[in-house]
Amino acid sequence: MIHIALQKKLTAANGTMLLDININIEQGKLVTLYGESGAGKTSIFRIIAGLLHADKGIITVHQNTWLDTDKGICLKPQQRKIGFVFQEYALFPNMTVKENLLFALEKGQDRQIIKELIDIIELGELQNRKPKNLSGGQKQRVALARAMVRKPEILMLDEPLSALDTKMRAKLQDYILKIHKQFNLTTLLISHEIGEVIKMSDHIFSIKNGKVVKQGKPIDVFSTKQVSGKFQFSGEIIEIKKEDVIYVITILIGANFVKIVADETEAQTMAIGDKVIVASKAFNPLLQKIN
Amino acid sequence: MDWEPLLLTFKLALVTTLLLLVISIPLAYWLAYTKSRIKPVLETLVSMPLVLPPTVLGFYLLIAFSPSNTFGNWLNEYFGLQLIFSFEGLVIASILYSLPFMVHPIQAGFSNLSSTIIEASYVLGKSKIITLFKVLLPNIKPSLLTGIVLAFAHTIGEFGVVLMIGGNMPGKTKVASIAIYDEVESLNYDAANWYSLILFIITFSILLIVYLVNGGYLKRFWK
Repeated sequence: MIHIALQKKLTAANGTMLLDININIEQGKLVTLYGESGAGKTSIFRIIAGLLHADKGIITVHQNTWLDTDKGICLKPQQRKIGFVFQEYALFPNMTVKENLLFALEKGQDRQIIKELIDIIELGELQNRKPKNLSGGQKQRVALARAMVRKPEILMLDEPLSALDTKMRAKLQDYILKIHKQFNLTTLLISHEIGEVIKMSDHIFSIKNGKVVKQGKPIDVFSTKQVSGKFQFSGEIIEIKKEDVIYVITILIGANFVKIVADETEAQTMAIGDKVIVASKAFNPLLQKIN
Repeated sequence: MDWEPLLLTFKLALVTTLLLLVISIPLAYWLAYTKSRIKPVLETLVSMPLVLPPTVLGFYLLIAFSPSNTFGNWLNEYFGLQLIFSFEGLVIASILYSLPFMVHPIQAGFSNLSSTIIEASYVLGKSKIITLFKVLLPNIKPSLLTGIVLAFAHTIGEFGVVLMIGGNMPGKTKVASIAIYDEVESLNYDAANWYSLILFIITFSILLIVYLVNGGYLKRFWK
């Protein structure tokens, strides 16, 4: 169990904001912090990693105290066993892929882990290349592998896939899930892509203005009332068109467009850009707005 | 022609540059990453030799190092160091005089590196020292080269400070720039011309090499 209780005043674009959260994370789960940019997700990550100081707070990871401001305990980033994948990859430009991984080894640690990771994340062909000769997806795979070298207790991914195209995203998501299961990790993910969040997470904390406003299983968090659908996807409304007495709503789900019929009262609650769930019970697909 | 002043010049530039490198890396690192309030003061002090007439620096060093003064006397008694009219004194004066030329490029190099690669190294469990030597310095090689070369070239070119604190003692403090002045004073234009020409060619070549290396021209040539 990981317990995180933090308070910190942050200076955001529109004045100061109080970051105030108190959350528990079960071991072995993949947990997502979801929210708009500027909500304080990255600051929470940085405090957990020890890169940012909290005004007040406690972090305990499996009975070890990492931070307790009342007792004056604050472990350095170096002492916290985490794997951190930065949004902008942060590979060392002077080292090849393999050297980046070797650098992460602890003193006296068996090199076997490097070979293992290169196999799992399929970096074999890239291992002698420098980061500048890699594509975004390849860099992110290297960053993921590098974060795993120390065999961390917690893997933290700060919007790891936001710069990638849809296809590359799906592939990277699978790598992350594979690593998460294989190493029995507790993984924290920051994301604002609903599709990604629903696909990957066991549990979600929805963050707004520095506070947790909602939490639970993905589908509970994103739907206002329970839908017992036979199938359901999430997507974004691209177009709303009136045709005679009905409305046709075009929704982008992944890389596909889906057209769905809606009546006037339904259509009036929707706008272009809204995130929606498309679910079907028996015959007709249901549309529901998600927050 | 007497080669001694030229050799002395390069010896001075070499010693100065090596010592400056050792001093400037921690100083530039501190300036690049500190949030201390005294940073502007220190930055100003480091940059002063850029605008101050070398004679001012030389004059104060001359006063400070003079054995008739407390500081100069103390240096002499405890370390047996006499810093005026000596090679050691020239080295110290040159270090102060060329400090900004070494510190500025290295500081800029550090500042331009993305801070996330430093954080990435920390979360991988690496100390600040290891991060400095394995991550930071290898990624600012062009800045280091620029600093080294500018400090070296600038030391070759100094005149006022050297004249004030070193005087004109053959084999000890008579560097090339002083020798040129000396030869011109005694209307010996031929010798002055030789010294000047050699300095011109050498400094041109050194700077050219920096631009070739940092501009990536050499790499392209070898490929």
